[in-house]
Amino acid sequence: MSVEFWIGVGVIAGIYAIFVLGLQINVGFTGLLNLGQAGFMSIGAYAMGMLVVDAGWSLWAAMPVAIAIAVTAGLLVGLPSLRLRADYFAIATIAFAEIVRYTFQNAGFAGGNQGIIGYDAEWRALAAWLLHQLAHLGLGGITQLPLFLAVWFCFGLCLMVLRLLAASPWGRVLRAIREDEDAAAALGKNVLVFKLQSLAIAAALAAIAGFFLALNVTYLYPSEFDPTFTFLGYAVLVLGGYASYGGVALGAVLLWSLMEGLRFLHLPISDGQQGSLRFVLIGLALILLSMLRPQGLLGRKAEMRLRR
Amino acid sequence: MTEGGRRGGDAPSLAPQAWRRLSPALWLAIALVLIALGLAVVVGPVAAGQATLNGLVGAGYFALGAVGLTLVYGVLRLVNFAHGDMLTVGMYIAIAIMALGISFWPAAVLAMILTALIAMLLDRIMWEPMRRAQTSTLQLFLVATGLALVLRYSVQFFAGSQVRTVGLDTISSVDLGPWHLGRLQLVVMLVGLVTIVLAGIALRYTRLGKEMRAVADNIALAEVTGIDTRRTIRVTWLVSGAMAALAGILYAASIGSINPNFGFTILLSLFAAAVLGGIGNAYGALAGGIVIGLSQEWATLFFNPRWKPAIGFAILILTLLVMPRGIFGRKKARS
Repeated sequence: MSVEFWIGVGVIAGIYAIFVLGLQINVGFTGLLNLGQAGFMSIGAYAMGMLVVDAGWSLWAAMPVAIAIAVTAGLLVGLPSLRLRADYFAIATIAFAEIVRYTFQNAGFAGGNQGIIGYDAEWRALAAWLLHQLAHLGLGGITQLPLFLAVWFCFGLCLMVLRLLAASPWGRVLRAIREDEDAAAALGKNVLVFKLQSLAIAAALAAIAGFFLALNVTYLYPSEFDPTFTFLGYAVLVLGGYASYGGVALGAVLLWSLMEGLRFLHLPISDGQQGSLRFVLIGLALILLSMLRPQGLLGRKAEMRLRR
Repeated sequence: MTEGGRRGGDAPSLAPQAWRRLSPALWLAIALVLIALGLAVVVGPVAAGQATLNGLVGAGYFALGAVGLTLVYGVLRLVNFAHGDMLTVGMYIAIAIMALGISFWPAAVLAMILTALIAMLLDRIMWEPMRRAQTSTLQLFLVATGLALVLRYSVQFFAGSQVRTVGLDTISSVDLGPWHLGRLQLVVMLVGLVTIVLAGIALRYTRLGKEMRAVADNIALAEVTGIDTRRTIRVTWLVSGAMAALAGILYAASIGSINPNFGFTILLSLFAAAVLGGIGNAYGALAGGIVIGLSQEWATLFFNPRWKPAIGFAILILTLLVMPRGIFGRKKARS
């Protein structure tokens, strides 16, 4: 049970890690307070689910198209809202995410509160084959292991690409915008375009995280994408550290180990109270970290500046 | 210092200044009345009147919730993501006091006082040090988010996550001509509207109200004019907390049942009200709350009531796109 349990925790941590990579490029590297990440994630996941279930597409064909749809959503949201001040942008993006959630909850086409089911047959076939191969290595029987490997492999790929981007001239412009967007504009950089690109990449990463979330839960349900997901994402971000892609992995693993590890303390309280206590502790951690070590565990303070 | 003077006008320009300040309010009132009349023509006076009445019930708690949000925005320069959960805290404190055998309205007043004190205490231990350290928007946002989690899940820890009824008579109703309204909802509407008017008058005419608006508008300028900003900020938190508790209590009383997530779920509607009125502008928040309350109910004449909260979000986004300064605001909203 225990190995299986912790592999399951690792899957969730991996999903969050990919999700937060998107927040990191927005918050840590561009200075955008994006609170709509859960909205992009649900658009990606629902687009994939609907393409497979309603349109009969192959899962593997649906994924890139769903990423494209999420990126389009990112551009559509960003084009008007990125012209706003930082705090207004934050409100606009969370409003966007909530509208997306209400739409999937109430509109007929998305299955409403029943959700969407039956999009993962091809993944399960692949997972069964992988599991069979793993059995040769003596790792058989852990049903979550294929998904675990897939999530973290994907995280590694995204991490490599983002690191290359961060070191490129393009990445330096992003940081220049974070530090002083007027100066960047004065150097002839089109600030809005760079911010749009940053948001589009975040939306793509959110969509990928959404695919894995969909595969992990086997059915899509609107309340999986409520703003709490984004807020927990920020907890991962602040734990790992700003402007550090590697910190994201550390933050995600730490947060979820703490969240799930609390179960084993056997506190003399009910299960419901234990669930509440987890979030109280995360909230406290967010407050204390932001006040005492705002750059996070692996972050660099010099890189931490958002326009006021 | 006089109102006109603070805005940089000379004495002779006082009258046009006042007119300019009044005109959006007048314009808004006329627009709302016209919409109501238009609806009466389209869907009939009974349905339109009923929706308007229901909307005025909601207007109370949206306006009172939003006014605290907007005043605190002026102090913190950040939209306080924990504000919605202050509504929750206020209501659950009221429930806890009622469990001691005290009846609803006295319990509500006690809860307002306690929530106000909690809000001020939080300023002492969290917000004031952060203000002094000139922390970034991001840090303030994270602390507010963390606080929101702590408040919401502390309530859930002690009270459980289940939906609970408030234990009030929500069945009996009053007939007002062809329209019906729950007896309790009528009380909620009256308390809400009266508090809005009183808050507006207090902000307009009392010294403290003027100081609060001055601080919310521009702390540095307020300080230069000799306002004791630290004291004003403390009072702002007290008012914001008390108003939040009252808004939460009115919400629970009009709906009849609540769960620990309700404050967070109406937070975006409060943002919508504050942004619509021009963030940092107290009158604007009151007016914005009325608009949100009315439009959410008017929307049910055409859409499924399930979409009600989405109307608030839609207004929020439209406002940000079309006139990010809001109806009353003068601040620069674009970067």
